[in-house]
Amino acid sequence: MLFFENISVAIAGLKANKMRSLLTMLGIIIGITSVIIIFIVGNSVTKGFSKILTEAGADTIEVVVLPKNTKNLYNIDDNVREMNEKDLITKDMLNQFKEEYKDKVVGLVQAESVYGDSMDGKGTVTRDNVVSKVQIRGYSKDYYKYFGNRTKMVQGRGFLDRDYAEGKRVCLVADKLVERAFRGDKDAAIGSEIEVNMNGVYYTYHIVGIYEYARDGIDIGGTTSDPDNPTTEIRIPYETARIANHAQNEGTQYIDVVVDSEVDGQAFAPEIRDYFNVKYYAKNDAYNVVVISMADQVQEFTSMFDMVKIAFLGVAAISLLVGSIGVTNIMLVSVTERTKEIGTRKALGATNKSIRLQFITEAIVICFIGGAVGVFLGITAGTALLNLLPMDLEPAIDATGIIISVLISVAVGIIAGYSPANRAAKLNPIDALRYE
Amino acid sequence: MEGKTILDLRDIHKSFFIGTPNEFEVLHGVNFTVKEGEFVSIVGQSGSGKSTLMNIIGALDQPTAGEYTLDGVDIEKAKDHELSALRNKKIGFVFQTYNLIARTSALKNVELPMMYAGMGRRARNERAKELLESVGMSDRMMHKPDELSGGQKQRVAIARAMANDPAIILADEPTGALDSATGRLIMDIFHKLHEEQGKTIVLITHSPELSMETERIITLKDGSITGESKGTWQGLQAKEVK
Repeated sequence: MLFFENISVAIAGLKANKMRSLLTMLGIIIGITSVIIIFIVGNSVTKGFSKILTEAGADTIEVVVLPKNTKNLYNIDDNVREMNEKDLITKDMLNQFKEEYKDKVVGLVQAESVYGDSMDGKGTVTRDNVVSKVQIRGYSKDYYKYFGNRTKMVQGRGFLDRDYAEGKRVCLVADKLVERAFRGDKDAAIGSEIEVNMNGVYYTYHIVGIYEYARDGIDIGGTTSDPDNPTTEIRIPYETARIANHAQNEGTQYIDVVVDSEVDGQAFAPEIRDYFNVKYYAKNDAYNVVVISMADQVQEFTSMFDMVKIAFLGVAAISLLVGSIGVTNIMLVSVTERTKEIGTRKALGATNKSIRLQFITEAIVICFIGGAVGVFLGITAGTALLNLLPMDLEPAIDATGIIISVLISVAVGIIAGYSPANRAAKLNPIDALRYE
Repeated sequence: MEGKTILDLRDIHKSFFIGTPNEFEVLHGVNFTVKEGEFVSIVGQSGSGKSTLMNIIGALDQPTAGEYTLDGVDIEKAKDHELSALRNKKIGFVFQTYNLIARTSALKNVELPMMYAGMGRRARNERAKELLESVGMSDRMMHKPDELSGGQKQRVAIARAMANDPAIILADEPTGALDSATGRLIMDIFHKLHEEQGKTIVLITHSPELSMETERIITLKDGSITGESKGTWQGLQAKEVK
């Protein structure tokens, strides 16, 4: 078959001009790399989100007190007066709300960090001269009830009703912390007191249980890039955190409303917002309640992510365009350089069609090799990029993305190669033979 | 030798337009025939129109007027792809500058016309090997053109010209780029093909001396045939005896 001959001729030609070939392929390589990155990151993020949504089970709706006119969390109006105690959602308000919607609302998840004198909520635990990074975070009982699957207990017990009600100074620590601070001795850890230094302010808790450290999708448990010494959470009851923050009698700015699985969170969210705003915030001069359902959040993220995707696609399209111009250019050079060869081939019986095919094949081979390199680089870069994202995502490499990339490369080859190949095909054999 | 007519040129005219209204006629009614098994030379100085004539004989170009029949096929009516097929199957070109395809082995070069003829991979590979062997190139089959000497290149080119067992071998100054000893070797190959295989060969040259080696000499001057004479070649055997 002429096809294989054409390919081997093309490869011989590429080998003879290695540098030129590589430079020509560059545009295609960058373009295809971008396409593959879009596919990998896009698929992985989509998969990651659907996993989070299915794992979360019941839908949750975030209720946040924010300045009026706030459209979304990424665009908060900061020209308003500072928030004070009267702007917050009080315990009474929450109880009434729960009573009002008892058939729809199954739980309220609250969380609060203990900062002490630290700026960022990061503190340390020092035992036997080993310093471990921690943060203290209190979660309400409903957190473990509805998001229980995010926490795996390794040893010991969880919190008791009494721990929550009385704000007891008990805590759960991560197995990663036990490894460092207790040299992995779990039995010794449970029952011990642990002292946390939050920039000079010390908090002491009694360890009652050990949970498995996880770099989970949306959990804030581990947000560090140092895998050997991650910042782990010292988990305490929500009420304990409030006491530590001297806020036990104050309201809260932020709650997560867990709705019944029968309820459509996205539809219910505005109802919650209106309930709070009509009842409590109508007369507030600066603040009101904003609600965000999980579906909203996913949507918000997806639309942001789509913008990133479009930007990458733009890069890909421009690179492929520039790349194809480069290929056309080099093919024109190649046709000129090989005018005599074309003449000879015609004298030996090559038809215009077979000459055209030969040069188009060459362009396709250039683009195909560029595409293959792009696929490889794209997979490498895409996987690396996923590791940079603050989410634990499985790199999703699918055949579709690779096949589409290869098809794009081949298409670019055909488009870029057609006009030079046609020029070669139409050369007059006599002129071509005479060409020096 | 009274064989069938391979080339039949009747009143061949060829003009080139060098911008209207100027028309430049290169060939002014050329008539001649070549029969199967003949070894003919067309001799002429540069500007005599021999290149133009060769292009027409080789089906690379078509005459402006006149009739040209190549092995029974009417050339001036042939379409582009039909000309390609004619060049492929009926004509074996040997060029002064060899015109081997660079970066491609001698073997692949010889295979090329068979590839364009649609011959199977194994069959053409076998035939290419045989042909290279017959020109004494069996030990250099995998060499690329730039690894071969001029004489070796021309031998590969002759093997390539023979690939599809053409009706004629059309050789354009085949020894023009070679030293005389190597040129002698190449000419001997042509004689061998002619004498042992009965190949029809048309040699185009500017050299009267070289043309004397052929059976029949057609002299071209200013676009017309001015004479025809017989060569003095005694045959390979006779020469070796001498």
